[in-house]
Amino acid sequence: MSVIAPNFKLSEFIKSLLDNIFWIILLLVLIGLPAVFIILFVVEMPVINGELLTPFLALTWLADPSRILPVVKAFMGTDLFRVMVFPGFGFAALLAAGTIFVERKMLAKLQLRVGPFYCGKFEGILQLMGDGLKLISKEIIIPAKADKPIFWAAPVLFVAAAAAFVAFIPVAPGWVVADVDLGLLGVFAVIGFFPIITILSAWSANSKFPFIGGIRALFQMVSFEIPLILSLPGVVMLTGSLNLSEIAASQSVFPWIVFLPVGAIVFFITMLAELERIPFDLPEAESEIVAGWLTELSGMMYGLVQLGTYLKLYAFAGLFVVLFLGGWNGPMIVPPFPVELLENGIEMGPITVGPLPGLPLFTQEMLNGTLMFVMKTAGVIFFILLPRGVFPRIRVDMLLNLGWSKLIGLAFVNIFIALGLLYAGVLGPGGLQ
Amino acid sequence: MTFKLPPGLALQKVDERIMTLNVGPQHPGSGHMRLIVQIDGDYIVACDPDPGYVHRGEEKMAEYRNYILNIPHLERPVIHDSCNVLYPYVLGAEEILGIEVPERAKYVRVIASELNRCIYIMYWLAIYGIFLGHSTMFMWPAGDRELLIDLMEKMTGARVTHAHFIPGGVRNDLPPNFEDVCLRQVNYFEKRIKEYAAIFYDNPILIARTRDTGVLSRQDAIRYGTTGSVLRASGVDYDLRVKEPYDVYEELDVHTNVMKEGDSYARSKIPWLDMLESCNIIRQALQKMPKSGSVRTKLKPNPKGKGLDSVYKRVESGRGSLGCYIVSDGKVEPYRVKLSVPSFRNLIALPNLLRGEKLGNMPSVYWSLNYWPVEADR
Repeated sequence: MSVIAPNFKLSEFIKSLLDNIFWIILLLVLIGLPAVFIILFVVEMPVINGELLTPFLALTWLADPSRILPVVKAFMGTDLFRVMVFPGFGFAALLAAGTIFVERKMLAKLQLRVGPFYCGKFEGILQLMGDGLKLISKEIIIPAKADKPIFWAAPVLFVAAAAAFVAFIPVAPGWVVADVDLGLLGVFAVIGFFPIITILSAWSANSKFPFIGGIRALFQMVSFEIPLILSLPGVVMLTGSLNLSEIAASQSVFPWIVFLPVGAIVFFITMLAELERIPFDLPEAESEIVAGWLTELSGMMYGLVQLGTYLKLYAFAGLFVVLFLGGWNGPMIVPPFPVELLENGIEMGPITVGPLPGLPLFTQEMLNGTLMFVMKTAGVIFFILLPRGVFPRIRVDMLLNLGWSKLIGLAFVNIFIALGLLYAGVLGPGGLQ
Repeated sequence: MTFKLPPGLALQKVDERIMTLNVGPQHPGSGHMRLIVQIDGDYIVACDPDPGYVHRGEEKMAEYRNYILNIPHLERPVIHDSCNVLYPYVLGAEEILGIEVPERAKYVRVIASELNRCIYIMYWLAIYGIFLGHSTMFMWPAGDRELLIDLMEKMTGARVTHAHFIPGGVRNDLPPNFEDVCLRQVNYFEKRIKEYAAIFYDNPILIARTRDTGVLSRQDAIRYGTTGSVLRASGVDYDLRVKEPYDVYEELDVHTNVMKEGDSYARSKIPWLDMLESCNIIRQALQKMPKSGSVRTKLKPNPKGKGLDSVYKRVESGRGSLGCYIVSDGKVEPYRVKLSVPSFRNLIALPNLLRGEKLGNMPSVYWSLNYWPVEADR
């Protein structure tokens, strides 16, 4: 392996560097600065040192942490931040990307392989970015007889529905995008969209294998939604609320999985089926129907569906954590914020920065809650990924038999357990009494 | 306006309920072949296998090369089982050319043949695993296969296409210390494949999927002329290593694995049991092999047959009985070489097995037939 390419020319190298610098500066001026200004207009401006912060003033203060921190904190209070960054899309996409990496490495270890290895120097950590770049740069091929508007719209709709699902998941006390009182019903409503989008995509492709895959997906999702919904009234009865934040808050002493293990098992199995993961990956069974309803999707359309799938996986794992494992509740392991920093500032040798008025950016409860939630979610995701290395795929009739006869029965058993606990007075709405 | 069809062609009646699927040749669930499958809902009503995409004219090529030059290209149909696919040709050529084989060479051939059978079955098993959606069962056999491939590389110098068997013995003697290495690797290999039972053959989902699917009865198995693991899974005790022993198989204790069910599960388990049996055979052969001696009878350049002569030899390959019919007219080249391959015979059963099955059973039934598309096309 040669260090320098044989036809290396210093002049071209410098030219390429200058090219890059030119484009970075151009994009920064044309897109970056307007974006900063737009965000600053949206943010409610704080009053600092007795003067109202204007966007222009804020821009001149960008270099000063004692003045930029209040701006950042104000931005974190907006809905835009919640939707795009923390409990919403950005956070979920980050966890989804981590899921893909862990899945590939874990399966590789299970199967005596190394998995992604070269991309990104350390254990192929940038493999996902490389795959994404590849998908973006690929040509999108659409079947000649496809119903083009619907075919184009389906992957986007899929991601949109998955992102809507993510919005319901409370990550930490008060940190949820959509804090609605009928949150659980909203989740069911969003889950109901997926089979429709799937069959639209499959049917509009006007091809045989996607059609069979779409029909299979429809069968699977519709027949497993019933046990999915039936496995949750137990939690609702004991909590007395459909609000996911309240359900999570009610488990400060015991998570509901202690009292409702049957419901948790039913929910977990139906979750695997809704996510189309092995052993329930019939809609994408490659040895029978090529790639199922994804067969005709190419390039970034396929990438979008994959993104949506993993967002959905995160959202389902988060829902399992919120409903059965206690959400953000857990021992306080994050140390409290050092208060003296607020008064004295940070000493860095001869320079002292501060006092810093914006700190702390996050409360201790919020950080600890997020940590607990992420740890539990990672555990659930691990168990969602694990069957892929252990089980073969099951067949349609076995799947329907499982869904309609066994899981629905178990879901009813779970409801009776919850009712028994309720009438015996062991537990009541709001948690342990 | 009436439209007259050319003779021999008939228009098919179109039923609106029936959907025709072309499974292959560009389909992850077919080999180098096509299955024209007609489905009614989730049920297969008809299946028409369409092999022939990788026909390479091996038999015709054999008529233009002498007996030695035929060796490297005749193993091409199944490169993963290259020793076994060459075995009947070599046995036949020896009879035509009138060559005696040294005793040690016969044992070396048996060892190589059994190792190659395991290599082939591991490859087959890997594909069977991924056809059922079991990705671990794809990777494990593909990885453990390397153990035996390394052994074959030590023995022959090539990893896959060995061209090791020649009329009159084998090409090279075993490398020094081969017996110890072979015994160690084979013991470890046996330990590894016994672990497959826990993750694959005893897996409840796998058993539920493949039990009672594609059942081939004992009578049908004989009637269609299936061979090898398919025949033995249907309850017929038939193994050429026992029934018509060639080389030194009669001195070895070969146990034939038979299962009665005749379903996809039995057909997938028989090759795995065969691998365990192969390990036993290799250990016996290593013990009984003469420790020194020649492994090759010297041949004259361009050996000829003795006149008009024909010979048919068959061996038990990884897929079943593999025959080779050689006609010689006393020239340097054989007049005709005909390979009678087990894959093609097993394929005949496929349309009858798939009729009435669910579409989800198609890959498992298809691949459980121990079918190798390239071999069927020759």
